[in-house]
Amino acid sequence: MSDLLLPRSDVGEFRKRYKWMALVATLGFLAVVIRLFQLQVVNGEEYAKIAHENVIRRVTLPTTRGVIRDSQGKILASSRSAYNVYLVPGRVMPSARPERRGRKPEIDTFPRIADTLRLNPDERTRLLARIKDACVTDEDRSPCWRPILVREDLSRDIVAEIRQHHDDMIGAEILTAPVRYYPYKNLGAHLLGYVAEIDAETLAKYRPQGYETLSAEERQKANPLAYDPGDTMGVTGVERAWESYVRGQRGWEKRVVDARGRYRTGPEAIRLLDAPPRQEPIPGRDLRLTIDIELEQAIDKAMRVHQAGAVVVVDVHTGRLIALYSKPDFDPNDLTGGAGKDRVRETFNRLYTDPLRPMLDKTMSGSFQPGSTFKPFSALAALEDKLMPPEDTEKCDGYLSFGRRVFHCTHVHGKVNMRLALVESCNIYFFKLAESVGMDRIAKIAGEFGLGQKTGFGVNPESAGRIPTRSWYALRYKGQFRIGFTLNTAIGQGATSVSPLQLALAYAAIANGGTVYMPSIVRAVEASDGSVLQEFAPRVKQKAHVAPENLARITEALNGVVNDPKGTAYPVRDPSLDVAGKTGTAQTGYVAAPHDDPKKAWFLARDHAWFAAYSPSKAPEIAVIVLVEHGGSGPTQAAPVAMHIVREYNRINAARSGHAAPVDAQKSAAKGAPKREEAPPDLADPPPEVFIPPPEEDAGEP
Amino acid sequence: MSLSGQSRLFDRARDHFDWGLFLISSALAVIGVVNLYSATSVSTRTALSEVYIQQVYWLVLGGILATVVTAIDYRHYERLGYALYGFGIVLLLLVLALGNDVRGSSRWIYIGSFSLQPSEFSKLFLIIALAKYLHDDPKSEGRTLTDLLIPAAIAAVPTLLILKQPDLGTALIHGLIFATVCLLTRIRWRSIATLVVSSGILFPLVWNYVLKDYQKKRVTDFLDPTANILGSGWHAHHARIAIGAGGVTGEGFMRGTQNQFLFLPDQHSDFPFAVFAEDWGFLGCLLLVTLYTLLVWWAIRVASTAKDRFGAVLSIGVGAMIFWHAVFNLGMVTGLLPVVGVTLPLFSAGGSSVLTILVGIGLLMNVSMRRYYATGPKSSLLS
Repeated sequence: MSDLLLPRSDVGEFRKRYKWMALVATLGFLAVVIRLFQLQVVNGEEYAKIAHENVIRRVTLPTTRGVIRDSQGKILASSRSAYNVYLVPGRVMPSARPERRGRKPEIDTFPRIADTLRLNPDERTRLLARIKDACVTDEDRSPCWRPILVREDLSRDIVAEIRQHHDDMIGAEILTAPVRYYPYKNLGAHLLGYVAEIDAETLAKYRPQGYETLSAEERQKANPLAYDPGDTMGVTGVERAWESYVRGQRGWEKRVVDARGRYRTGPEAIRLLDAPPRQEPIPGRDLRLTIDIELEQAIDKAMRVHQAGAVVVVDVHTGRLIALYSKPDFDPNDLTGGAGKDRVRETFNRLYTDPLRPMLDKTMSGSFQPGSTFKPFSALAALEDKLMPPEDTEKCDGYLSFGRRVFHCTHVHGKVNMRLALVESCNIYFFKLAESVGMDRIAKIAGEFGLGQKTGFGVNPESAGRIPTRSWYALRYKGQFRIGFTLNTAIGQGATSVSPLQLALAYAAIANGGTVYMPSIVRAVEASDGSVLQEFAPRVKQKAHVAPENLARITEALNGVVNDPKGTAYPVRDPSLDVAGKTGTAQTGYVAAPHDDPKKAWFLARDHAWFAAYSPSKAPEIAVIVLVEHGGSGPTQAAPVAMHIVREYNRINAARSGHAAPVDAQKSAAKGAPKREEAPPDLADPPPEVFIPPPEEDAGEP
Repeated sequence: MSLSGQSRLFDRARDHFDWGLFLISSALAVIGVVNLYSATSVSTRTALSEVYIQQVYWLVLGGILATVVTAIDYRHYERLGYALYGFGIVLLLLVLALGNDVRGSSRWIYIGSFSLQPSEFSKLFLIIALAKYLHDDPKSEGRTLTDLLIPAAIAAVPTLLILKQPDLGTALIHGLIFATVCLLTRIRWRSIATLVVSSGILFPLVWNYVLKDYQKKRVTDFLDPTANILGSGWHAHHARIAIGAGGVTGEGFMRGTQNQFLFLPDQHSDFPFAVFAEDWGFLGCLLLVTLYTLLVWWAIRVASTAKDRFGAVLSIGVGAMIFWHAVFNLGMVTGLLPVVGVTLPLFSAGGSSVLTILVGIGLLMNVSMRRYYATGPKSSLLS
């Protein structure tokens, strides 16, 4: 113990070091303080911003796409919920996760889920491989916990089964997704169009490189409708053209999230929300169309016997389209993606290989030779320029020789004046008319009625059609203008082509005294509560400068086509209906290729059948254009369809205005009418020799 | 023990009690517990809700232990120096023998429901052993490297055992304590130069052959913290955001969002300072760092007034321990230094850490209270 009693041992060795150590310690802490100054004072605001962004997440609030209704309020397009099932790999196959000590053993629910979902062995193997792949690691942010979409649009039975046995199917989550739904399926598919997930190319257009870094205004400019990946957008028809109205605007809500992505709602979280905490979504606008789906149904029924064609029904005083019908058609529900991507692919493959072009809206995207339905315009050209006195007659011998060519008529009409030429559809008269009037005058009048020009109707891509002029021929056939071109133009053949929509508006103009309207399909934009936000008044596109007395001659002749016993449509007229119109049978000019299927060639070589009409003939309300592609003959194939449409139009309107009587009255009137020699063709009877393309053989053809 | 002896003990306790040391340490401990409450009272983490209470228990236990350590004249520790050191080595060997893996390393010994971390206590044993050696080896002229071989060996044994666990942070503290104590002695400048050059050569060798991958990763993450934000750079990245977000005045007690919303991992063990910085801002941090600086200064002051070499080295050793812990932890949390698991004295939750620091402070108090008596009365060991 003696060492304890020793005096102070020598601490002199250390004495000089203390100051240095104090200095080093001070410098060490000073470095920390400087660093803290840098982090908290200099860059404090920046870090505060990052910290805020860490905990605040903007959750998008979905909007609903507007409902599209017909003129009577029937829903043509709305949204429904699709049930999609997702599997969380780590929860359906706990055995696939890495071994870890002390973990409770869990049951693999995957086999049971696979059975319930009716997965086939192939799907099962592939899915299992994906699950195992995802579960290589099972840390917090591993794909092991990221749900995999397994089945879309489950049937309600399976949904119920999964929900009922939820405890045995841990890891299976059912999420609903809105899917566009078209209750009338194929009906009106072309005019309504369809929606689909935005494709990469379009998305890249709206969201160019560096989009995320743009300011809010610049983003708004580049992407006014705020498309995000995975969004749906209208692809065709009204869905595309009125996208900006029906799409709506998503809202957002600021939510507080923790590092694990869980939402926090306590007071400690709420105080962090800076104003404004929420932007309400704006639901898409509802559209009230001018279309009457009931009439569309009637048209579909009337066209049932025909392979392909188009029908346009338009209000002659407003240009509002009451029906737009194109055949063959498709079911837009198959293309929205709601029933799964496989269904979309399969449907597209089928639609694009069909030679009858189901995806084409033939009412406006297709143009066809109008045939004799064009004759009223040729006649008007002659009347306007007083080049063909209407009472002068021409003799029709059934043919006309022009140099080496012979132009035929349907049959020998004998002596015909202008009225009879229209009523009986004599080509020879119009050939002679063409000789004196000339191509350019005909083109001018046709142009005044809007033929051969786009109507400006933006719903689907429009075909302009063509009313040829001399200069057009001069460009096309250098220096070889032949009078035959003029003759063909006068009867709506040759290079002349129009879309059914143009023809409908032109006949509406004949019926209403010469006003060509802008076609319209949306009558009003409505809010989701049904209140009208915006109404669209009819717009006049142009006026045809024709003298009323000349127009009267034409309308009188068109009345004769149906009601004069000599008229081409007289055999198929319905005495209870007041219809005026013009038949047309247009040669397609189809030249069979050597390798063509003879049946197909026969079908494609058949003439297009037209009937252009308006009703009632004295005080017209609607114009109806019927085109039966390769129908063979206008009077026998297209005219009965038009008659049926007018009959149904009258019946529907009568029923709506509360007078059920007129329908019966019409029927009794029909009974009381003098018995006709020919019974009107029954629409249910298929016309003879209808070509039905064998799908297997045609599938590969473009 | 006579009555008069007892009353003299209390008299001395009253007269020579180092109030400064006591107040600084108490302030740190109180702030530390309050901060732990903020750090762990995150509603969804019930597993941690008891941490601050446990910390209070450990502080109480540590306080009692420190009182006992203070009461026994430190010269007894000098006498038992190597025995204590040997005890520490045995504990470290036990860890390796009974090791239980937690996050890839075995550092704990379990006694019932308690877990002890001998590598923490080992620092104190090292300090005592080094103090004992230098106490017994006075030198009037400058020391050469060979003079330091034995203390180096004393330091190397526990350091290597801890590296083996592996626990890089604690091993580093051992090394730094040794280095600090060496610098306290009068080493020749030439020797220091030799040391610096040779460590420069050693570094690549250590990097390539000694460091584990996870240790290297921490260093590389430090050099480029943004490269791996979701992986091992997560800690450093989010600690920095939390600290920065505190700003000048802080977000307020228990209002730091990054902690409350779980962006701070290890917020009670290695990163409580980030919580504090977010809650209290730069001003709060300034106060805290000042307290640590004062504590280290105090240790140096105690050393400078110690009456013998053992007391001086002991105080410097404890001061070095506190200094390096504090600087490394603060440096790591603020992103000045790579992430090595080093606790913040009296701030980090953990029994072993708290006990070690408090016993260290007890030793300081011991040396401080006995600086006035060149000789003690023979009669009482407690004098």
